[in-house]
Amino acid sequence: MNCTAAASRWLAILALFLAGQALAAGPIVLTDAAHRELRFDEPPRRIVSLLPSLTESVCELGECARLVATDSFSNWPVSVRSLPKAGGLDDVQVEQVLRARPDVVLLARAPRARDQLRSLGLVTFEFESDSYADIARNITTVGLMLGVPERARSLNARIENSVTEVAAEARRGLAGRSPLVYYEVDNGPYGAGPESFVGEELRRLGARNILAPDLGPFPKLNPEYVVRANPDVIIISPDEAPDLVHRPGWSQIRAVREQRICSFPPEVRDTVLRPGPRIATGLKALADCLTRVSP
Amino acid sequence: MLIYLLGAVLLAGVSLFVGTSSLRTSLEWLRSPAALSDTVLWDIRLPRAVGAWLVGALLGLGGAIAQTLFRNPLAEPYLLGSASGAALAVTVCLLAVDTTMITGLAWMGGLGVTGAAFVGAAAGITLTLTLSRGVQQTANLLLAGVVVAFVLGALTSLLMLRSPDIWRAMQSFLLGTTGFLGWRSAALLALVFAVCAIPAVLLSRGLDALTLGEDTARSLGLPLGALRVGLLALLSLATAAAVSQAGIVGFVGLVAPHLVRESVRVNSRQLIIAAPLCGGVVLQAADLVSRWVIRPAELPVGIVTACLGGAYLVMLLWRRAQRE
Repeated sequence: MNCTAAASRWLAILALFLAGQALAAGPIVLTDAAHRELRFDEPPRRIVSLLPSLTESVCELGECARLVATDSFSNWPVSVRSLPKAGGLDDVQVEQVLRARPDVVLLARAPRARDQLRSLGLVTFEFESDSYADIARNITTVGLMLGVPERARSLNARIENSVTEVAAEARRGLAGRSPLVYYEVDNGPYGAGPESFVGEELRRLGARNILAPDLGPFPKLNPEYVVRANPDVIIISPDEAPDLVHRPGWSQIRAVREQRICSFPPEVRDTVLRPGPRIATGLKALADCLTRVSP
Repeated sequence: MLIYLLGAVLLAGVSLFVGTSSLRTSLEWLRSPAALSDTVLWDIRLPRAVGAWLVGALLGLGGAIAQTLFRNPLAEPYLLGSASGAALAVTVCLLAVDTTMITGLAWMGGLGVTGAAFVGAAAGITLTLTLSRGVQQTANLLLAGVVVAFVLGALTSLLMLRSPDIWRAMQSFLLGTTGFLGWRSAALLALVFAVCAIPAVLLSRGLDALTLGEDTARSLGLPLGALRVGLLALLSLATAAAVSQAGIVGFVGLVAPHLVRESVRVNSRQLIIAAPLCGGVVLQAADLVSRWVIRPAELPVGIVTACLGGAYLVMLLWRRAQRE
């Protein structure tokens, strides 16, 4: 099943790549996540990115110079921090975007922001950015759009290699252990299910998720669920970690009792949670901690 | 009143069977205890039910005080700015921990959500009282409360927009959560409840006179100023404690006094005694619904109280319309 999915993903990427090659000289026609077909007579020179993972993708493709503004949360690479900031998807600063005079605005699925920007005559292109498969798909699309499909192909290959390497290293490090993991996204408590991006990362590293897939990507849990599942490892923000022992019944959980906790500072957490080109870095951080604390 | 107490005991019993396990598993756990089942039943489910009752009781008490003192059936415990103050403080606390966005306020992170909520609730109420220049003018007090709620609410929204990372954590606070109420919280809440309920019942003797109007109450020799100060202090403490332990649980404080008044004819003193008992049962029931409906996940308890409370108020309106 996985092999079929991987093969079809690569076929799709290849098809997009070939389409890109064929059209390299002429106009580029691409379909965005909202199924809108957009035609670029020439690669856009001025780009506004309203999603951190897309900002990172543009820069990893060596085209950082084309960015003229980003959303407030794009903070990598360091050079984008000095660019004008145009808010977030819920509070797009339209004036800031307009002033940047972009040829295209890259954003996640956000109908309100898109409609507002399009009503002002701006060209918008939407991306799905939730899963591991979206990373390669988005890099390929951005590569085609910017007229650098070859670089996108090699970036994707590089990412895939690093991810495979990190996963293999993690499995070696875990040496047959398959820790039962609870990843807490927020203190609701909201957990990351197997269907979420983080869930995919954990699976790749050979860890087992305490959440059942039918609970959805980020369910709000009855805290009792975690106590009953008794995870070996808990991954949680550094500020919540010291309080785990005070939650009712949680001192009985193996991970809490034996201090098998992973916490990441914000800059590392970004790489873990963003489905973008730095996924191997995030995966490595997860793998290192799992290898270190797993029983 | 006895029926509310019986209801509370019954619901606490039922709460032992409502969680992530099936009814049969819970029964087996009761029959043959083990380490895990003991933890789930006695350290998670029972204190959660007791804590929910206490939070509901504090909100019911706050609601009864507010509605009687302001002689307004729409008054509720949060109208003095406690909820908006707590929400803002919790946002700042989460941001202070999460980022270096707010320099100079890093100490807020050290308070934790509970501490920040309490400090924020107290600060919100103090701000309202300062703006209304004391507690003597009801209209000023209500207006100041509305202003504080709007302005602090706007600041909270602004901070949340700037940092979507804290969005989920804030939502669980804003929608109320009973999930983490353990014996520690229950003990604290019980202490605050005792500190608030006993003086409130003692002070409530004068409240019946107040229902006849402030002038009449004054002419009857009622020390109106002292009464207001005392009752508002109790209202503030009760609400701040409830908000700090369970977030902003809506509707309970508003609905509990109405439920009592609809079922029996009570004077102000009886209302001050009965509304907490009723509020406790309402939140206990809502907590059970929140853990049962989509188990093993759960609904934020504030959504349940809003739905149940809203439905009840609509029913009340219809019944009144029919009577008229």
